[in-house]
Amino acid sequence: MLRFAYYSVIFLLTVPLLFGTAIAALPAFGYFPSLGSNEFSLFPWRDLIEVPGITQSIMVSLLAAIVTPLVALVLVFLFLASASGSKLDVWIRRLVSPLLSFPHAAAAFGLAFLIAPSGLLSRLISPGLSGWERPPDLLIVNDSWGLSLLLGLIVKEVPFLLLMSLAALPQINPAQRIKIARSLGYAPVIAWLKVVAPCLYPLIRLPVLAVIVFASATVDVALILGPTLPPTLSVRILSWFNDPDLSYRFLAAAAALLQLLISLAAVCAWLLLEKLAMLLWRFWLDSGNRASAESFFYSIGRCAMPSVLLVIAGSLVALLLNAFAASWRFPSLLPTSWTLRHWTSTWNELLAPLANTLVISISATVTALILVVATLEFERRRRIKKTTALWLLYLPLLIPQVVFLFGVVVLAESVHWQANRSLVIFGHLLFVLPYVFLSFSEPYRQLDPRWSQVASALGASSFKSFWRIRIPLLLSPCLTAIAIGMAISISLFLPTQLLGAGRITTITTEAVALTSAGSRNLIAVWAVVQLSLPMLGFMTALFIPKLLWRDRAGMREIR
Amino acid sequence: MKDDANAVRNAWVCWLVMVKLKLLSATLATGIFLIADKRNVASLLILLLVTNAANAKDLDINDWSSIEDLARGETVYFNAWGGETRINRYLSWAATTVKSRYDINLQHVKIADTAQAVSRVLAEKQAGNNTDGAIDLLWINGENFSALKQNQLLYGPWAEYQPNFPLVNADRFPEMREDFSIATDGLESPWTRSQLVFYYDSSVISGPPLSISELLSWAVENPSEFIYPRPPSFLGTTFLKQAILELSDNVAALYLPVSASNFDEITAPLWEYLDALHPNLLRSGRYFPSTAADLRRHMGDGEISLALAFNPNEAALAISSGELPKSARSYVLQGGTISNVSFLAIPFNSPHKAAAMVVSNFLLSPEAQSRASDPVHMGSTTVLSIEDLPDEARKMITAIDYGSAAVSIDDLNRKLREPHPSWTLALEQAWVQRYSAK
Repeated sequence: MLRFAYYSVIFLLTVPLLFGTAIAALPAFGYFPSLGSNEFSLFPWRDLIEVPGITQSIMVSLLAAIVTPLVALVLVFLFLASASGSKLDVWIRRLVSPLLSFPHAAAAFGLAFLIAPSGLLSRLISPGLSGWERPPDLLIVNDSWGLSLLLGLIVKEVPFLLLMSLAALPQINPAQRIKIARSLGYAPVIAWLKVVAPCLYPLIRLPVLAVIVFASATVDVALILGPTLPPTLSVRILSWFNDPDLSYRFLAAAAALLQLLISLAAVCAWLLLEKLAMLLWRFWLDSGNRASAESFFYSIGRCAMPSVLLVIAGSLVALLLNAFAASWRFPSLLPTSWTLRHWTSTWNELLAPLANTLVISISATVTALILVVATLEFERRRRIKKTTALWLLYLPLLIPQVVFLFGVVVLAESVHWQANRSLVIFGHLLFVLPYVFLSFSEPYRQLDPRWSQVASALGASSFKSFWRIRIPLLLSPCLTAIAIGMAISISLFLPTQLLGAGRITTITTEAVALTSAGSRNLIAVWAVVQLSLPMLGFMTALFIPKLLWRDRAGMREIR
Repeated sequence: MKDDANAVRNAWVCWLVMVKLKLLSATLATGIFLIADKRNVASLLILLLVTNAANAKDLDINDWSSIEDLARGETVYFNAWGGETRINRYLSWAATTVKSRYDINLQHVKIADTAQAVSRVLAEKQAGNNTDGAIDLLWINGENFSALKQNQLLYGPWAEYQPNFPLVNADRFPEMREDFSIATDGLESPWTRSQLVFYYDSSVISGPPLSISELLSWAVENPSEFIYPRPPSFLGTTFLKQAILELSDNVAALYLPVSASNFDEITAPLWEYLDALHPNLLRSGRYFPSTAADLRRHMGDGEISLALAFNPNEAALAISSGELPKSARSYVLQGGTISNVSFLAIPFNSPHKAAAMVVSNFLLSPEAQSRASDPVHMGSTTVLSIEDLPDEARKMITAIDYGSAAVSIDDLNRKLREPHPSWTLALEQAWVQRYSAK
């Protein structure tokens, strides 16, 4: 049984991805038997080159892929360098998981409501400071270079990289390193950057690469914030894929492959940047410089995280105001009248997608958790080294979704596999599995083996000691893993959309569909529902252990 | 066939072993072998999937009660544009009603563009799926209807057998049997009427432009006060058609299939017009809203003071929902505006045709149509012939007051016919080619 789980995890992480990518690649070279094309040819690529504005689409995708991780990483490192151990640090650490659970689509909507010409920020300075009686004619959201898209991605990826860094930091013992550097006369921030950062970076390299790939190929954020004339490559792939003229499938396939190349190119460019940064760092280390620019780095680091928080908080406020506003004409800062109508009138439509969302996320997460626990237990019993499979876990995050899902859909269509909920759950499992694994594996491996040994010594079977000792001890990280898995599933747009063929609607697909269809109030209602689901999940994950272990002080300390 | 199945099974076994051994490249290669051969795909299908037995019940279209019996307990996947909340809510009311009355589960599949549904039906046909399609009922007209009809992908004729069909009085209103100059041949049932209208904020402007050419000079004098949705959204495309109907010297050609030879010549005045108009739009032509709802948001924010809609009651509805200021007013251009009827059709491979017909007949009933006309619900214009209705329904529909923002009935009589459907795609593609990459 355990062995089966172990291999099915490997199977799930590789086969659909590579299979899907391979299938997506065939029509890109003109091979698509069900459309009557049995010969290989380069015509899809010739068509792709001639698409108007394709260079612009590619440039925006590349720009997002490089700038997002760069800015996010710099902000996270400067924050960690300047705030470690401070009150701000403690505060942010508490907020980081809920922040991470803020779904991309909801965050993008909130940001759009914040920065649009008629948005909250513009109202804040109007008409007093700006003199605007009507919204200014400025192209902010959907701007042609994707700057608002960049902002949206950075705001979402900073918490992700921060969480990954916080998880990795204990492995390298930063306090001791800094103590030594400080005793040699280095200023605190400089010390962190010189002795902790170079050791921390390799540990979070895979998450950084995942950010690059996500930023280059995101669909839902780009639909909401990205440019429209022309849209990013990923959005265009989706629209070609849905074109009534089936010959566009060839173009879509070629573009999907191009998307893979772009993500790859961005990763290569990043690796070059790494080399450059390494040279600079070495030069900087050799210089023996101990304090210059300390206050500069310090002030950026201290401001960075609160500003990201402010943007997120502002987005949240903008969403909430819109969800309850009855009448809200520019330039009044707050709605002039309030209403619950947007909620009461939406309630009926919310129920079915809500049920779908819960069924899909719970099924995918529970399946993932069972597979993960079985795999970890198999590893433990067989004493398998943990490092071998790490890159495998990142595979679903390193191949752009739009590329391999495209292949999976083509395959499902060609074998008449009707889109249904189980197909969607399967698709979600591919994305939920890595996150559940990443969040649960460290606590599982670190649990003191002597607990189980004591249980065995007292005559308990390995089955009994697993259920009576390991699982209760690991309840809290287990629930956190469930909350993370569900949060990921809830926020998935493309897998639900493509594998469900639009028949399976979730809160996320409905919210994204409203981008062009609904009033701002309705969008806000859906976005608030979308973001409160994962929040509820995290709160439950915190609350249950507190309730269960309320009389057991010792259990509360085991994380 | 047996050999094939064996070959495939062997390949599968090989493949699983390779997965186990983590021979990734080999895994991939076998995978490609597995999918490359079409016959093997068929065998795979047999190995992997239990296919549903096709619903092969014969329909007797002359006996409506037998159709209602067959429909009981079925699920209808109704693919309808989901771009307007009011319509979505109306359909969810319809779903509750047909559930209680006919025991039919009506599922509204919200699509962004009807072309997606056309694409799906075509794909299913290509893949040989002739009995178990994903779509049972489709909201459709124009080029999408024409594409499906041409490829014989629609079930029918069925529309004129519906008990409620006589209520549209198709002899008096020929547009009930003609979709963008293509005969419907009973393959689709009328559902709703639309007409292009303009609306403006009367607290900002007093004399809105009354023709397409006036619109340009007005926009030059009042920059950033107008914008239209980008084609291929249907409102954006309708604006292009409206413009070319007024600007072209050769209107007759627009009612014939488009040909490569005359397209450039006939559309030249349109591009010249748009080149002059775009710098004066909101965001100077660097951005266009994606739908009518998106456009309405710009008006509601006070960014623009003139906009357009494909529902004559749109401004009135948006005022009552608080989306537009009370000063919004709508009107029809002096030379008339494009109007059309949209329909419901059933794909050839729908597994639930009986239930789809029952739903369509229900949506055509005086009860459903008068609710659809009600501004509190959907606010559309009915396809029923009001004079021919039973008293109660007639009173209900004629009593509706859309308020001061509605277009007068006289104005709505200034109708222009839709050009031939082939112009839709041609205009959309040309627009995208010219303006989508600035």
